[in-house]
Amino acid sequence: MGIDYTVNQMSTLWPRIEPLLAGVEKPARYIGMERGSLAPEHRPGQVAWLLCYPDTYEIGLPNQGLQILYEILNERDDSVAERAYAPWTDMEAAMRGASLPLFSVDTHRAAAAFDVLAFNLSSELVYTNLLNCLDLAHVPVRGADRAPSDPIVIAGGHATFNPEPLADFVDAFVIGEGEEVVSEMTEVIGAWKRGGRASREAVLHELATVPGVYVPAMYDVTYEGPAIMAVTPRYADVPAVVDKRTVADLGDWPYPKQQLVPLIEVVHDRLSVEIFRGCTRGCRFCQAGMITRPVRERPADQVRTMVENGLKRSGYDEVALTSLSSADFSGIDQVIGDLVNCQTGTGNVGISLPSLRVDAMTVGIAAEIQKVRRTGLTFAPEGGSWRLRQVINKLISEEDLYAAVDGAFSQGWRRVKLYFLTGLPTEMDEDTLGIAELGRNVVEVGRKYSKQASCTVSVGGFVPKPHTPFQWFGMNSPEELRRKIMLLRDELRGSKAQLKWHEPAASLAEGIASRGDRRIGRVIERVWRDGGTFQEWSEHFNLALWRGAMEAEGLDIDWYTTRHRTEDEILPWDHIAAGLHKDFLWQDWQASLAAHGLPDCRWTPCYDCGVCTDYALEHVVASPIAPAGGSQGTGQDLSNAGAIPVTLLPTRKPTANQGVRA
Amino acid sequence: MKGGATFPVRMKFSEVGKVVWISHRDAARAFERAFRIIELPLAFSEGFSPRPKVSFGLALSVGMSSVAEYLDVELAQPVDLDTLAERLNAALPEGLIVTGVALLAERAPALQEAVTTVGYTATVLADGQLVSDVELKGAIAAADARPTLEAPRTRKGRTVIEDVKPAIRRLDVSTSDDGTPLLIVECGTQPSVRPGEVLAAIAPEWQLGHVQRTHQWIERAGERYEPLIADAHNDAAQVRAS
Repeated sequence: MGIDYTVNQMSTLWPRIEPLLAGVEKPARYIGMERGSLAPEHRPGQVAWLLCYPDTYEIGLPNQGLQILYEILNERDDSVAERAYAPWTDMEAAMRGASLPLFSVDTHRAAAAFDVLAFNLSSELVYTNLLNCLDLAHVPVRGADRAPSDPIVIAGGHATFNPEPLADFVDAFVIGEGEEVVSEMTEVIGAWKRGGRASREAVLHELATVPGVYVPAMYDVTYEGPAIMAVTPRYADVPAVVDKRTVADLGDWPYPKQQLVPLIEVVHDRLSVEIFRGCTRGCRFCQAGMITRPVRERPADQVRTMVENGLKRSGYDEVALTSLSSADFSGIDQVIGDLVNCQTGTGNVGISLPSLRVDAMTVGIAAEIQKVRRTGLTFAPEGGSWRLRQVINKLISEEDLYAAVDGAFSQGWRRVKLYFLTGLPTEMDEDTLGIAELGRNVVEVGRKYSKQASCTVSVGGFVPKPHTPFQWFGMNSPEELRRKIMLLRDELRGSKAQLKWHEPAASLAEGIASRGDRRIGRVIERVWRDGGTFQEWSEHFNLALWRGAMEAEGLDIDWYTTRHRTEDEILPWDHIAAGLHKDFLWQDWQASLAAHGLPDCRWTPCYDCGVCTDYALEHVVASPIAPAGGSQGTGQDLSNAGAIPVTLLPTRKPTANQGVRA
Repeated sequence: MKGGATFPVRMKFSEVGKVVWISHRDAARAFERAFRIIELPLAFSEGFSPRPKVSFGLALSVGMSSVAEYLDVELAQPVDLDTLAERLNAALPEGLIVTGVALLAERAPALQEAVTTVGYTATVLADGQLVSDVELKGAIAAADARPTLEAPRTRKGRTVIEDVKPAIRRLDVSTSDDGTPLLIVECGTQPSVRPGEVLAAIAPEWQLGHVQRTHQWIERAGERYEPLIADAHNDAAQVRAS
């Protein structure tokens, strides 16, 4: 807890940092001092990791992945870890003015004094911030320009399942879950360090042999025109395909044990306990669900212990039970009931359950945990028509939605928020307009209970992601996305349902980066050099920078974004494996185009997506019975395993545009 | 006070070190979390959304340190005041330090209204260099001789020129333990004035360096009382100033 000022006095930059703080917004972003934070003593021979989140402190601090690795690395004898976050633009200007480098918030040590700079990348629009952080750290932004004395630059997180756009800048990527692999990397880097840090090539080559580690410099990419011809390892012992890392049992990793409690308000200002990883609902647009399989539940007893201990030592009065679909946790109602009935002596503890499923049973759980202040409840049907929801495999019937909404309004909620995507495969205007109809009907349901009942319809532009069945889909242009949003706006004019939408221009930049290849690296570098940092912040996003950079690099935006890919095309991330067989994804893509839904494989026979079989993993679920309370749109009793007729279409070889209306 | 007897406690605390860069609101949240960590039996407000009955005194500017901050908290049952500070300090972030605890008299006036005078020390800089005690004394003597001391102040988003002299109780000079010359400013809370405004009035060419709040007083009938003592419960032995 806290920081001992006497430690590390030789290396701390604090005396140079403090004079800048009076002139910047939210100066406490830069002080550290969180409960749970550490002031590790750096000893020679240890590997010093700086875990960087390339966004503001308020966004980065709560990141659980970073906090888990912070604890694991500091528990080891041969490594230490500290944290850094991207300074906001005012602090960056002050730091550059004072020639002050990027620093850790734990002991305020210069970033370049660490052996490893490890970035957490949860989305693509932070890529330019990664370059900016390297530059602020006084580390050459391109890997090829780094000397043996420079830190090794590592990146992990969901976005690195397509590492190629950052291949020029990141020395080694971690694919998948980091709990185990950071230790293996520490051993490789430690040995290299103790051996005198001779050659960078040698340590990178060694890292490339660690399972789950992708070192782009160990691979040559050849092109035929715009298309990739081959990705070839440069050494025989470097794997042709890098498989993701997955921990088999979440129960072995009860982290974070000492969640950081920040002094300023951050985005998720509460205790977080991850109750399971992976999701097999099979929503075809959802990269997180595809790349984190299989489902691994944390033992319910461990969830209770982590909540209890976490609340006790943090002083938080709210806990979030996190996962990709928390109501799917086996026996969730039991866990919630226990938590509600076991309150601390110092007041009520709030429970929040992100990612609610759309059915009446889920609303019952929400009612259990939100006894007072029932203001707003959010559901995500994602698609405006039943046909489109079958295309995206979000199998929620209108009846499910109205039952959920009826339950919410009847139990005192006054505001319902619905999330939708637009620009989905096969989407036609009648599907888009279906969003408006659902919104209006939801208001109607609410008016039965309250005159104040309202519905907010939130629409985002769909960006296809690697390792999903939609990785072949040509996304809608920003013009088309805007046309659809305006169509909805006109349709909802005068309605009680209120429309909100995300800026389609940002979707285009995200589209360029998310399915880009190595050539996109030059574009990212150019956008950064032209001042394009904090691109996920609407006040800083600048599409002109991206368009200009694509043009300057001679790259065609449509080729990277709105073009449908063919089955035989080598995708830039084909040498990275999330465990999903490419033919499974292609079959699922074809099933999608035929509007065939695919029920959750936790409770039905295996579809052989490849993850469990290839990695010798299994779903870890406490109950083989599907949660009651919603059909999930199949019209079937999901608990009756084996009884669900599943039709998989035979593989065909269509042309790029076949069956796809964009 | 409905719902049975409560035990109002006043605490004195310091805010020093890196933690001076948090806001007043952040400090309040840190205390509320520390109260939960040590499972302090807080009294809650009545109503739909019960809140713990905690009230913080005058806000401390971001970047300013203090050895004289106060807060009042109502407890639902008595606790051992001898060990309270120590228990809280283990749960608070480094640099937020409870230095005294007192059981308050019933119906003691709220801190915000009761505190009448505040004292500060400040290092003063001219072009980045420390101003000497001789120069500080000279500026104070000149200020004493002037009938008014005018300084720009921000009022509802507009800058106005006001006389700050009526709010100033004392200007003086001392030196810190390491010999650094310090400007002492004591001023009233109604009207209130900030050390920066006082310096702008007496020597606009100088800048404040580090400012520390050193005292808060409650003045009654011409006497100054330390807030821990001013409204303490009759049993004086309950005061645990350390």
